[in-house]
Amino acid sequence: MPDSLPAKEQLLDVHIWRGSGEEGSYQTFQVPLQESQTILDVVSYIQQYIDTGLSYRFACRVGMCGSCAMMVNGVPRWTCRTHVKKITDGMRPADGLTISPLRNLPVIKDLVVDMDLFFDKWVRAEAVHHPTRTARDAIQPVEEETAERQAANAAIECINCAVCYAACDVVASNPDYLGPAALNRAWSLVNDVRDGGREAILQAVSGTGGCHNCHSQQSCQKYCPNELNPTASIAGLKRESAKYAMRSLLSLAGSGKKGEKA
Amino acid sequence: MISARLYILQRATALIMAPLVIGHIAVMIYAVQNGLSAAEILSRTQGSFFWAAFYGLFALAVAIHAAIGLRAILHEWAGLKGALLTAICWGIALGLGGLGLQAVYSVTG
Repeated sequence: MPDSLPAKEQLLDVHIWRGSGEEGSYQTFQVPLQESQTILDVVSYIQQYIDTGLSYRFACRVGMCGSCAMMVNGVPRWTCRTHVKKITDGMRPADGLTISPLRNLPVIKDLVVDMDLFFDKWVRAEAVHHPTRTARDAIQPVEEETAERQAANAAIECINCAVCYAACDVVASNPDYLGPAALNRAWSLVNDVRDGGREAILQAVSGTGGCHNCHSQQSCQKYCPNELNPTASIAGLKRESAKYAMRSLLSLAGSGKKGEKA
Repeated sequence: MISARLYILQRATALIMAPLVIGHIAVMIYAVQNGLSAAEILSRTQGSFFWAAFYGLFALAVAIHAAIGLRAILHEWAGLKGALLTAICWGIALGLGGLGLQAVYSVTG
């Protein structure tokens, strides 16, 4: 990395959160600026050339795996696809970069957060596949043109990076809330003809931590690196689960809708 | 803290309140513009089933709607939860409903 430094080296102040659990503080490093440098490049530079003890997560480096999300100047971002220039443009050089672990998740060490809670909520939301066929059955046909498939497709490109979860103010103030990512996946499954868990999902997202707690502030869709719209998914879940609850109240669920997709 | 049941109740009471709020504002403007005295207003409302039903329904919808809204705020901003949160919200609903119905009875009874 240092081999390709520009002729006149410019240094950037980078403030990185260091610590374990709830204890810690910011440590400042100076990193040479380079062309097309990403935030992940900056963190990797520090870890490789200045402090090998720095902990952070990454894998693919191309925006596929969703493991490198961090807070950058207070905003959750996928760091492998965020150019330093995008953040520093219009900023005073003295301000530097501030990189901290994702909000709303417990810190393990430095920039690494514990993702267990995040994925546990996917399971609590029944955002898991409920198979309807075995390997011996014929492949389930998927009609691409149906409204349900379009809705499933719109929500399906989630890479589980937890940027939306970190951006969500409802998660911050209501820790039981399932969060935008789990609910977005639940919505894609509700609309997937191959999934047989429609009722289980609608029940799972109707509890006290469910989709009805969303205030539609839309931070999830503002910050989603894949430009998904979890708020719209949650609105869909609110609509369908409210209909389901009304039908249950009127005792119609059993006769009309049970096993609808089985 | 808001389940599907509470969500439906809050939306349903909002639907009920929307026309009632417009009706209430129209009545207030009418009363003020025409310079009706308190006695003249009471002479129109006392013994009226229509106004008792109008404002009775309004008071009940407000009590349910506000208690559910405050439930979310009390949980998210004050950290209240469990039985304490439920008890406080029931208290708010019963208090608002009681005060509202008492006022309706005073004006229409």
